[in-house]
Amino acid sequence: MSDYIIKTIQSGVLETLQMTFFSALFSYLIGLPLGVLLYATSKGKLLQNKGVNTTVGLLVNLLRSLPFLILLVLLIPFTRFVVGTSIGTKASIVPLTVGAVPIVARMVESSLLEVQPGIIEAATAMGASPFHILVHFIIPEVMPSLLQGAAINVAHRTSVRILPLPERCIVGDGGTSGPYGHDHSGSRKSDREKEEKNVSI
Amino acid sequence: METVFSLNHVYKTYHNEGKDFPALSDVSLEIKEGEIFGIIGMSGAGKSTLVRTLNRLEKVSKGEVLFYGKDLAKLKAAELRKVRHSISMIFQGFNLLMQRTVIENVEQPLRIMKVPRKKRKEIAREMLAIVGLSEKENVYPARLSGGQRQRVAIARALASDPKVLLCDEATSALDPKITGEILELLSKINRERKLTIVIITHEMSVVEKICDKVAIIDEGQLVEIGDVKEVFRNPISAAAKKLVFPSNPFDASTKNGRLIRIAFDGTRASEPFIANLVEQTGLKVNILSANTKSVGGIGYGQMVLELPEEPEKQKIITDFFIDGGLTVTEVERDEEEEEENE
Repeated sequence: MSDYIIKTIQSGVLETLQMTFFSALFSYLIGLPLGVLLYATSKGKLLQNKGVNTTVGLLVNLLRSLPFLILLVLLIPFTRFVVGTSIGTKASIVPLTVGAVPIVARMVESSLLEVQPGIIEAATAMGASPFHILVHFIIPEVMPSLLQGAAINVAHRTSVRILPLPERCIVGDGGTSGPYGHDHSGSRKSDREKEEKNVSI
Repeated sequence: METVFSLNHVYKTYHNEGKDFPALSDVSLEIKEGEIFGIIGMSGAGKSTLVRTLNRLEKVSKGEVLFYGKDLAKLKAAELRKVRHSISMIFQGFNLLMQRTVIENVEQPLRIMKVPRKKRKEIAREMLAIVGLSEKENVYPARLSGGQRQRVAIARALASDPKVLLCDEATSALDPKITGEILELLSKINRERKLTIVIITHEMSVVEKICDKVAIIDEGQLVEIGDVKEVFRNPISAAAKKLVFPSNPFDASTKNGRLIRIAFDGTRASEPFIANLVEQTGLKVNILSANTKSVGGIGYGQMVLELPEEPEKQKIITDFFIDGGLTVTEVERDEEEEEENE
């Protein structure tokens, strides 16, 4: 194997891991509270609130039903606003995160729904506030399910990165070259040029 | 004795799919400090709803529930949470946190009350000692038996130093031997800590064993209330009779035969009154069923007798029992048939 291929694989793996890690981290930072909110405001639950629940639910469903490729393109201005560029490892984390947030939120919500109603009843009878019940009773009790969900989520994230999907090529460097910003010639093109390529696709 | 709970004309109606389901109608009762108060009824009679109105897990539709004179319905959320610290509850399904160790479970109510960590551990250990599970401190509930789980739940309930303990079918998921142990523990706690206990159950044996007073709920209504001994000796309502006298698969041997039920308490149990009857009157009766039980340490018995067909002989026999101080009630054929059909 040539040095070039080895290097490419090395840097590719590293970047994949970076993208997986950070997108998973950020998507949970946003998705977890969102999932808790969806759960707690649903009918018959601790903080029942139809308005909040419907609004957040609609937003999540909209985001989730958007194909990733389209989301990616739609998010280019936002990505540029957040990280200053729309290509490269850093830039890819933004759409990956945004795409994962609704999925994480729904997964967290369904995990929370697994809690035995008796636990909530017992906590209420003890005089716990809704917030206390969420933090000290429900979340610890469904932790195994939450972790399972997280494992599936992260694994899925990694697979999206490794499989040679066209969307990745776009995230990377325009689709005609190797992974993540290295092209065949070995010389880096300017971001500007890559972006133009990006758009042309 | 101070009144802990006082229910005044409590109604509870559930609305479901446009229909009203009355769960409780016009229930009034008082529970005094230090009592073990039993609430018994068949499944679906409304007893679980009733106990949940005592800590406002269920809001009443009409009427009021007073806890030491305070109307629970009028409390603000924060005040209600505070009151709930003094009303603990244990459940049929235990409702322990499976992801927390035994001691962490017992600490939960203290955590809610913001007791400092060190003090929490101290109290939790003390409670575990009371229920006899000190050595299981760091075990997860999944590894405990049903009886042990209920003990942990009791320790957890006691941790907040409550004034009342509500038990919602707390022994229904346990076998008779473990049930006995749990009841003994509850009775010990009642004596030593002067804790008022409210027990919901569908098993008469539970009431027999430890309750001082009993309320019988049937189809959402309070049909009978009184001292356990009194209710056992002389149940008045049909629901109470059904619970106190187990139905027997018997029938009179002749069509016109009259059946009576005689009930006696411990003081009479030592007298051989059937033998006396035969000796003194020369009349014979047919014993169709008999059983005895111990209620609060006193033996209670009941017998169903078939009397001879002649009315004058029947009169002599019933008079003999009544003069002897026994309670005599008619056993109606229809009632018996009904029971059999069920």
